[in-house]
Amino acid sequence: MSRMYSSALSEQEIYRLERIARRIRCHVVRTISEAGAGHPGGSLSEADILTALYFHVMRVDPQRPDWEDRDRFVLSKGHGAAGLYAILTERGYFSPELLKTFGRINSALQVHPDMHMIPGIEISTGALGQGLSAALGIALAARLDGKTFHVYCLIGDGESQEGQVWEAAEAAAHYKVDNLTVILDYNGVQLMGPVSEIMEVAPVADKWRSFNWAVMEVDGHDMRQIITALETAREVKGKPCIVVAHTVKGKGVSYMEGKSAWHGQPPNEEQLARALADLGCGKAGEAHG
Amino acid sequence: MAEAVREAFGHTLVQLARQNANIVVLDADLASSTRVVYFAQEFPERFFQMGVAEQNMMGVAAGMALMGKIPFVSTFGVFASRRACDQVAISVAHCRMNVKIVGAYSGIVSGNNGATHQAVEDVGIMRAIPHMVVIDPADDVETEQVVRAVVAYDGPVYLRVTRDVWPRVSPEGYNFVLGKAVQVREGKDVTLVGSGMMSSQCVEAAHILFQSGIDARVLHMPTLKPIDVEVIVKAAEETSGIVTAENHNIYGGLGSAVAEVLVEHAPAPMKRVGIQDCYGECGGNAELLCKYGMSPQHIAEAAQSVLQKRNSGC
Repeated sequence: MSRMYSSALSEQEIYRLERIARRIRCHVVRTISEAGAGHPGGSLSEADILTALYFHVMRVDPQRPDWEDRDRFVLSKGHGAAGLYAILTERGYFSPELLKTFGRINSALQVHPDMHMIPGIEISTGALGQGLSAALGIALAARLDGKTFHVYCLIGDGESQEGQVWEAAEAAAHYKVDNLTVILDYNGVQLMGPVSEIMEVAPVADKWRSFNWAVMEVDGHDMRQIITALETAREVKGKPCIVVAHTVKGKGVSYMEGKSAWHGQPPNEEQLARALADLGCGKAGEAHG
Repeated sequence: MAEAVREAFGHTLVQLARQNANIVVLDADLASSTRVVYFAQEFPERFFQMGVAEQNMMGVAAGMALMGKIPFVSTFGVFASRRACDQVAISVAHCRMNVKIVGAYSGIVSGNNGATHQAVEDVGIMRAIPHMVVIDPADDVETEQVVRAVVAYDGPVYLRVTRDVWPRVSPEGYNFVLGKAVQVREGKDVTLVGSGMMSSQCVEAAHILFQSGIDARVLHMPTLKPIDVEVIVKAAEETSGIVTAENHNIYGGLGSAVAEVLVEHAPAPMKRVGIQDCYGECGGNAELLCKYGMSPQHIAEAAQSVLQKRNSGC
């Protein structure tokens, strides 16, 4: 399948989602800066994908995080936790006040998400490569039980260097699992530098195709493309689906974009101010604290 | 007549699955060896062949447990513990998933497959993983009861299952209780503590010692974690020393677990029989136990040296 462009989505809906995505990014930079810990680059690159999932595509109920028929989301790239917490608080799973505790002792918001500490986390992740296998297990069990919900799993490109990802890819295709959609946050940068220099994963879309997955490629910052692909993926039968989302590491913060230095470095006070200005944060309804 | 431990495991799993629809089995292409093939034949829709890919298998099991399944993850002990160690730690144990990991062909007696297939460190690895319960049953009767008990228990379990037939140590009317040791033989001079198939070797060692006028107590310790502290302390207080015997490296397994209890609660002379920090090789079970210092004779000699240590005051 090729790139997705058209959708019946209204302009208002796109506008609404883009505003939410901006709020997510504002939460991300504030949370990480205040904590002095966390991973801004990947939390910013995933923000539009998470917004599309939690505010348009997924069937979830923040009032009933354990609702058995909810769609499931697994953040396999667990270091994107700040982005996940931001989307969960915006969606109403917990108070934004909690974001101020991120990464601190006794906090429910671990730097890598812990399922037993906070509602809305399906499974604890952080050791790369493990989330997709768990998502596959959920999907297989759901099929066994005749459940019709869908499982989404967000993986990273550096994470795709883990062998376990490809074990899971093979198994999902073998079992013709079509209630599972993977999204690859293909931001092209990992901790020590560009993915292409550290350990090239390209041609990654071809790799998934050769594993017998349905593959779509989108601009991971174009809300319409993301949603169209995710909705198409839900209709694919007989094979699992991956949306390769081309993203920019540190998206929205000028000095972070494309820079490996911001994989795991928190911005200081001055840098935070510049980030908030870049993102246009601080306007009504976009602040916490 | 005792049957092979793997047979007892395979048949019991089928019996339990008839009553409990949540039991699922994941296999890494070893079902005919581990005997989960019986489950696969009767419940093909609940049997998941995951191929030779143990890391993914462990994570898939964790995902299934999230959905209320009781996954039995079946492979050889070496692969369950070493190959998939991080997945066991993070996806299963850290998440406190109700996954039952079954390490088959455990220890040095692994069906003449040699060093690559002999799990000599699996207990050490699994015991060090928080939340993990570790069980090493002795014989067919106990294995059946243990499988029932781990289904009833909600949480991650590592269950060692040997391949072959071992002399029964389970007494008549035996009832396995998680975390509890079994006194197989009364005795006042020295205590032999075994786990897994080594408990039957301890019973034989006790007969050898009896001929030399030494009255050995034999304890079988099926649950390696949580360990039965009380029974170890009692043995240290009532007998003159302790010998542990395990189908595992002497580091990290039963010997270490017992030593940890003794040093904190009741220091006593002690010796550890087991694999002496090396990898194994091919050979028959009796040949391997003999060559690697794990035969009843070796256990008896260790007991005598513990008693000498006590008598000489060293």
